[in-house]
Amino acid sequence: MGTVFKRDVARALSDATLKTAIDRTTVTAERKRAAALTDYPQFAAARERGTRIKDHVVAHLDHYLLEFERNATASGATVHWAADSEEACRIVLGICRGAGARRVTRSKSMLGEEIGLPHALEAAGIERVETDLAEHIVQLAGETPSHIIWPALHKTREQVSALFKASHRDPHKTEDVEAMVESARRELRDRFLSAEVGISGANFLVADSGAVCTVTNEGNAELTTTPPRVHIVTAGIEKLVPSLAHAFVLLRLLVRSATGADLTQYTTFHCGPKRPGDLDGPQEFHIVLVDNGRSRMLADAGLREMLRCIRCGACMNHCVVYRQIGGHAYGATYPGPMGAVLTPALQGAEKARDLPHACTLNGRCQEVCPVGIPLPALLRGWRDRSWKDGLVPQSVRSGLWLWRFAAERPRLYHLGTAAAVRAMRLFRRGGWIGRMPLAGAWTRYRDFPAPAGRTFMEQLRDRERGR
Amino acid sequence: MPHATPAPEPRSRPRVGLFVTCLADAIRPRLGFAALSLLEAAGCDVEVPRAQTCCGQPAFNSGDTQGGAALARRTIAAFEGCDHVVVPSGSCAGMIRAHYREALADDPAWLPRAEALAAKTHELLSFLADYRGWRPQGVALAASATYHDSCSGLRELGILDQPRALLREVDGLELRPLTGNDVCCGFGGTFCVKYPAISDAIVKEKAVLIEASGAQLLLGGDLGCLMNMAGALHRRGSAVRAFHAAEVLAGMGNGPAIGEEE
Repeated sequence: MGTVFKRDVARALSDATLKTAIDRTTVTAERKRAAALTDYPQFAAARERGTRIKDHVVAHLDHYLLEFERNATASGATVHWAADSEEACRIVLGICRGAGARRVTRSKSMLGEEIGLPHALEAAGIERVETDLAEHIVQLAGETPSHIIWPALHKTREQVSALFKASHRDPHKTEDVEAMVESARRELRDRFLSAEVGISGANFLVADSGAVCTVTNEGNAELTTTPPRVHIVTAGIEKLVPSLAHAFVLLRLLVRSATGADLTQYTTFHCGPKRPGDLDGPQEFHIVLVDNGRSRMLADAGLREMLRCIRCGACMNHCVVYRQIGGHAYGATYPGPMGAVLTPALQGAEKARDLPHACTLNGRCQEVCPVGIPLPALLRGWRDRSWKDGLVPQSVRSGLWLWRFAAERPRLYHLGTAAAVRAMRLFRRGGWIGRMPLAGAWTRYRDFPAPAGRTFMEQLRDRERGR
Repeated sequence: MPHATPAPEPRSRPRVGLFVTCLADAIRPRLGFAALSLLEAAGCDVEVPRAQTCCGQPAFNSGDTQGGAALARRTIAAFEGCDHVVVPSGSCAGMIRAHYREALADDPAWLPRAEALAAKTHELLSFLADYRGWRPQGVALAASATYHDSCSGLRELGILDQPRALLREVDGLELRPLTGNDVCCGFGGTFCVKYPAISDAIVKEKAVLIEASGAQLLLGGDLGCLMNMAGALHRRGSAVRAFHAAEVLAGMGNGPAIGEEE
């Protein structure tokens, strides 16, 4: 089973620096989230409420989309609808060309990554300036994000320092984070002001006002969306909330789950273009509402709950698999448990075959999810489809078939296990088996405890006869 | 053996079906006998239905829902005559309690039977502690131990305090905290052989934390996870010995640990 996934996993597992980088961020994130929850006793109630809000919106998506469009249009924004990633990119490029853009600034947006916007802009010959610090790092390195909250999580600060020194015009002289941030600021600041178009994502789309909410910690979103003449928002249609009050319920859940802070440094509501008398703001404000498989998920009982996701990243921070292999091995925009559910929906189950299977189903992700998405059940749902669609490898199918054949026949099963434990004991050294045919996947890494000479059922029968 | 009065039971001695689990049956029969003697000590009449094999979880979690359902029907038929079904594994008990109804969701004839069985199925340690009010008496083991909470028991069945409450009553046993006691060990059933390199990376981290606890013994409530952790500990030359908590509670903690010769 030499899949691309397994190859990338092997590469990730052999990269000690990557593991250091993953641990530095995820361990801190886990600790801060736990501390934030102890200071927020209403969390459980908020989680319940957040879940209900998202379920309500998802169940009435058509209603809220139209309400949002009506109110956004009334505020002076232009609303566009994109069925898939290609159409979304086409719309964005069309707006950029219309604005005569040679340079666009972009603040972090996972939806932008999902629809391939960075690539589309480059292919169109438009200079793309990533303004989020981590996205800037990822852009300099020619990579893709490895985490939905910290795109450059896979890099240590030492690696970032080397990258800045090799790429920045006037790099930092001292090895502290502040100096490195200054270096990026010097590099980026003039570009912020010279872009014709700024592109952002959205954390929430507020239906009753037509406002778009973004949360950041660096202030780059504000510099991306305010100075350029044109501001484009690309957002998934599941980002809707009925009102500002609902946005705040989810905002409290989002920020605590993501970074463990009470609030992000910047929480901005963008509502329409610059009006007469406004001191600043874009002259054109476009909102591209992207479906890209979401309405299909809405119609699918096995995936609908995934539309609750508010992209906090807690599931991956707490995932034992993510914490070993990092984000890139998932081979998609969204890594970790939420990515393992979303990617087969976005890329097709065949291409993403491994993802739902490469999970121990330990349930931690569901436990920390701020909107209670039953991620293990959704992953198991993909496994079920994968089995039905014949995507499970033949070796696994044959093994399980044989197991089931015997397990459905208790007499045969008990004879078979009695014989099997005797055969296994031929390979033992003392109480352990270090190597054994058909067990290489186990014994390559771990020793296997040798079974006792006779099964429980055999021993029990003997005991009962002896009575 | 003395035990607390089982007030909520309709009969003074409930008929308990012991689901040994396929792993304990084949690899560690001692665990099956430990469960048997604990249940008897807790005032139960124990039956071991011979028609039991595997709960079906490997098939169900591999996506073979039909295969899982077929084994679920077998298990239901074998055990539905008992007052309770008790399993020395949170994972297999979780399969019956939480997932049989999913596996048989499309089978109107079997779904009610699946739900009835789910309602009376219990993981062993929580059954002893919560349903029988049993506590070990006169059990001694001079050792230090740390406890790993297996994920299915912890998150599907809410088992956290029960094993500790029982183990605290063992004379001479010192329980030491384990950092990351609620973090998956990387076993994950078939996961550990489908993605062995990832599983290995996870269990190696776990092994380091187990050693850092300074305990002589690793205890847990799921044989699969224990075999994974014990096998990783042994491969790295660790002296930590692993037992299922039921073995210690049944006074078998002086016997061979997982991977030691009988």
